[in-house]
Amino acid sequence: MEAILEHAERVADSAEAFVVTSENTPIQFETNRLKHAQTHQSTSVALRVIKDGRIGYATSTGLDDLGALARAAAETAAFGTKARFEFPSPSSYPAVDISDPSVSAVPQDKMVKLGEEMIAALRSHTPELLCHAGISKGTTSVRILNTRGTDVTYTQTHFSLSVSGELIRGTDMLFVGDMDSSCHPILDGQKLAAIVKQQLEWARNLATISTGSLPVIFVPSGVGSALVSPFIAAFNGKTVFEGASPVGHRLGEKVFDASFSLYDDPTLPFRPTSRPFDDEGVPSQRTPLVETGVVRNFLYDLQTAGLAGRTSTGSAARGRGLPSPSPSAFVISPGKTTFEDMVADIKEGLVVEELMGAEQGNVLGGDFSGNVLLGYKVENGKIVGRVKNTMVSGNIYQLLNKVAAIGSDSRWVGSFLNTPSLSFPSVSVASK
Amino acid sequence: MKDITAIARDLPSLKEYSADYLEVRLEDSESSHVTYRGRELESIDRASSSGGNVRAAVKGGWGFVSFNSFEQITDRIEQAITQARYVSGEKTDLAEVQPIVDVSSPPLAQNPVAMALAEKKSLLDEYNEVIWRTHGIQTSSIGYGDAHKKVVFLNSLGSHIVQERADVTLRANAIAARNGDVQQVGLSLGSLGDFSKIRGLHKQIEEISQKSVNMLSAPHVKGGEYTVVLDPILAGVFVHEAFGHLSESDFVYENDRMREIMTLGKEFSGHHLNIIDSAAEPDLRGSFKYDEEGVPSTRTYLIREGKLVGRLHSRETAAKMGERPTGNARAINYRHPPIVRMTNTFIQPGSMSFDDMIADIKEGVYARNWHGGTTSMEMFTFSAGEAYMIRNGKIAEPLRPVVLTGNVFSTLKNIDAIGNDLDMNQGGGCGKAGQSPLPVSNGSPHIRIQHCLVGGR
Repeated sequence: MEAILEHAERVADSAEAFVVTSENTPIQFETNRLKHAQTHQSTSVALRVIKDGRIGYATSTGLDDLGALARAAAETAAFGTKARFEFPSPSSYPAVDISDPSVSAVPQDKMVKLGEEMIAALRSHTPELLCHAGISKGTTSVRILNTRGTDVTYTQTHFSLSVSGELIRGTDMLFVGDMDSSCHPILDGQKLAAIVKQQLEWARNLATISTGSLPVIFVPSGVGSALVSPFIAAFNGKTVFEGASPVGHRLGEKVFDASFSLYDDPTLPFRPTSRPFDDEGVPSQRTPLVETGVVRNFLYDLQTAGLAGRTSTGSAARGRGLPSPSPSAFVISPGKTTFEDMVADIKEGLVVEELMGAEQGNVLGGDFSGNVLLGYKVENGKIVGRVKNTMVSGNIYQLLNKVAAIGSDSRWVGSFLNTPSLSFPSVSVASK
Repeated sequence: MKDITAIARDLPSLKEYSADYLEVRLEDSESSHVTYRGRELESIDRASSSGGNVRAAVKGGWGFVSFNSFEQITDRIEQAITQARYVSGEKTDLAEVQPIVDVSSPPLAQNPVAMALAEKKSLLDEYNEVIWRTHGIQTSSIGYGDAHKKVVFLNSLGSHIVQERADVTLRANAIAARNGDVQQVGLSLGSLGDFSKIRGLHKQIEEISQKSVNMLSAPHVKGGEYTVVLDPILAGVFVHEAFGHLSESDFVYENDRMREIMTLGKEFSGHHLNIIDSAAEPDLRGSFKYDEEGVPSTRTYLIREGKLVGRLHSRETAAKMGERPTGNARAINYRHPPIVRMTNTFIQPGSMSFDDMIADIKEGVYARNWHGGTTSMEMFTFSAGEAYMIRNGKIAEPLRPVVLTGNVFSTLKNIDAIGNDLDMNQGGGCGKAGQSPLPVSNGSPHIRIQHCLVGGR
C-alpha cells in the first residue's frame, strides 16, 4: 500500500490513499422460498492528491498499475478545485466497537433458517402473503494513509435481516416489510416479524379519510420516508456555505419545537454506520445538530470546513467521488408519549408508515409531498384500517415548529436513522 | 492492465461443469466525472474498474460470485456452482435461446472518456456562467459523467459475446432563493456516448435559470383532482414508472394474483394507447445488441390499442410464463446479477396537437419536466419540475413544482388524449433492487389525463 504514496509523490505535492476491501455473502428468498446465494469480493483504491494547491482524484479497483492511478490523479489536479486543507496528521481516535468475530462464524444454514422462520411467522398471520427475505453478513476493512504520516485502519463486521410481503386482492396491492442491521449477528428474526405482523394487522381493513388539515402521526419508518431528507440537505456544511440552507444563518437560534433534538452519531457501539474516524482520517465525534429546538452545528469535512472557516466534524463520507460531508447516523431524541397515547388523542387522523415519493419536491426548502404507500386511519382514538389514494404534504420547518407529541418508541429505521414516532396537530391530507 | 478478452479465451469450456446453466462476465470500464457546486468546480476525477462475475443455476437455485481480482476464476466458478447447489430445490427453467458468438464488433465511434478533460470543463464552465448571469440565482449545481465499458460474456450454451458501450449524462440545476425560500429547476439529459448531444444548451440553461427565479413568486397549487396535461418528458417518466415497472415479469411470474391482473389481452386503456419497450432502437441510452444473458434485443409492444399484449422477460421469467424471451435481463455492472429491466420505453404518438389538447380545459394543470418518480406497482407518484395552471383553454400562471399521484390502472384508463409530438427523454436513470442508475430512456408525446390527483396545500 505504501507504494501508492511513493508513486503519488513523484507526480504531486501531497497524497492520500483510501483503500476499502469487503466481502459480503447475502442469501435471498423470493416468493417464500430460497432463491439466491451470493458472494461479493471487492477492493477499491481512491487516490487524492494535492498538486500546485489543487485537488486531483482517481480511483481504481486493482493495485496492478499504481503508476497509471497516480498519473490519472495528477491529470485531474490540473483542473481541480483549490485545496483548502492539509491531509490530517496522526491523531488519537475514539474507541468504537464495530467488530464481532462471531459474524463470520454464522453458518449459511442458520441464515437460511432465519429467513424460513421470518416467512413462516408472517404466513401464519396471513397465509396468502407472498414473502421475500434477505439475510446478509459481511466484513469491510478501511485503510487510510497519507503523506503526513497518517496510517490508520479499521475492520467492521455487519449483519442484516430484511423481510417483506405482498398481498394482492383484485388490483389492490398491500406491501409490508422492515429491516434490521447490526455489527453483531442477529440470530432472532421474530422481533422483525412482529413489526411486520403489526403492519398486516393494522392494514387488515380499508378505510377512507377526509381531505383537509388533519392530525398526522409519523411512526419511525414514516419519519424516515418523509421528513429526514430535508435535514440531510440543510445540515450539510456545503449547503450552508452556499447560502442554500434554510437554517444556515440561524446557528444558536430556536428554529424547532423545544421538544425536538437531533444528533449525528458515528460512535454508537456495534452500529454498521459507526467508525473510529471518517473517510479522510479525522476522528469521529457525536455532533449535536439541534438541541431542544436550537440549531447547534452543521456537518463538515476538511475541504468544506476550510472554505467556511470552520473545523471538520469528522463527517467526510465517500460515495463515488471525492469525500463530502454526510451524516453517519441521525438520532432524534425520544420523548415521553407512548404511541398508544398519541393515537388515543386523535378524533380523525392518519398514521404514516411509508410515504412514497416524498423526496421529489423542494427538499432544500423543507417541502415533502408523497403518496401514502402504507398508512392507517385513526378514528376516535383507534386505528381502524389502511388508507389508499391519499397524499400527505407539508414543510418540515412549519411542522416541527409545533409538535403535538414525541414518542417514547425510538427504534432504528434501516441503519441510518434512530427515531421515535412524531405527532403533528395539522398536516395537509388530500384523498380521493 | 489484464486483457479480459485473453482471460476469457483461456477459461475452460463452461459446458464441462455440472450445472444446469453457467455464465461468466468480465468487464473493463473507465469513466470521468466533473461536478460544480456554486461558482466553482467542485470535483473532477477519473475512475477505472475491472472485475467480473460467475452466475450458476442448479435445480432452480442461483449462485452468484462477483470479484475484482482475476486470479483463480476457475475457483470462483466452482464457488458459484456450490452456492447454486446449496439453494437448489425444484428445476431450472430457462427459455431456449440460440448460442451467439459475436466477438468482433467494431470499436465504438465515440469514446467520451478519452476526450481531453479541458474540453469537457470548458463547456461546463460556459453553462455554469450562464446560470450565474441570471439575476436572483443563489447557487448552481452541475454534474457531468461519462463512461465507457467493454464486456466479455460467456455461457454454457457456447455463447461468446464481446460488447462495448458508452454513456454521457449531464444534469444542471439552477437554484434561486429569497427570504429563506428556495426553488430549483433542472435540466437532465444524456446520450449513448455522443458528447455533441450535450453541446449548445446555453439557451435552455438560461431558461431554467430564469424559471427557478420566477418560481419564487409562484403560488402553490391547491391539492385535489385536476385534468392534467403532461409534456413529453414527464409523460415519458409516467409511462416508465406507472406502467413500465408493472411490465417487468420478475414481479409477475411467481405471483398468481399479479398474473391475473396482467393477463395478456386485458384492456388497460382506450384504443388510442400504444406502449413499446425497445432496446433495438438506434442511438438511445437504453439501446444495446445483446442483454446480460446474451439474448438479442427486441422491440416489444406492451400495450397495443389499449390491450396488454406483452411484457419484459429474462430467460427464467419467459420460461416460467411460457412466453418468448425479450432480451430485458440487465445488470448495472459486474457486481450484480442481471434482473428484468426496461430499455427505451415510450408511448407511440397519436394525432392531436397540443393546442387542441388544452382547448377544452376550463381549469387544469400543465405539468412539465422531470424531477423524480417512483412506483409501488399499483400506485405511482412522480413530480414535475415545472407546472402551470390551464385556464379556459390557455396556459396561465406558473405554479410551484407539483407532485402527481394515482392508481396505475385507473390513471391509464383516464388518458383521453395523445399528442402528435413524440420526444425521448435521455436524462437520469432507473433504479431497482439496489442497481441504480441504469441507463434507460423514455418518451411520449403530450398526453392528457382526467381526474389526476395533484398534491398541494
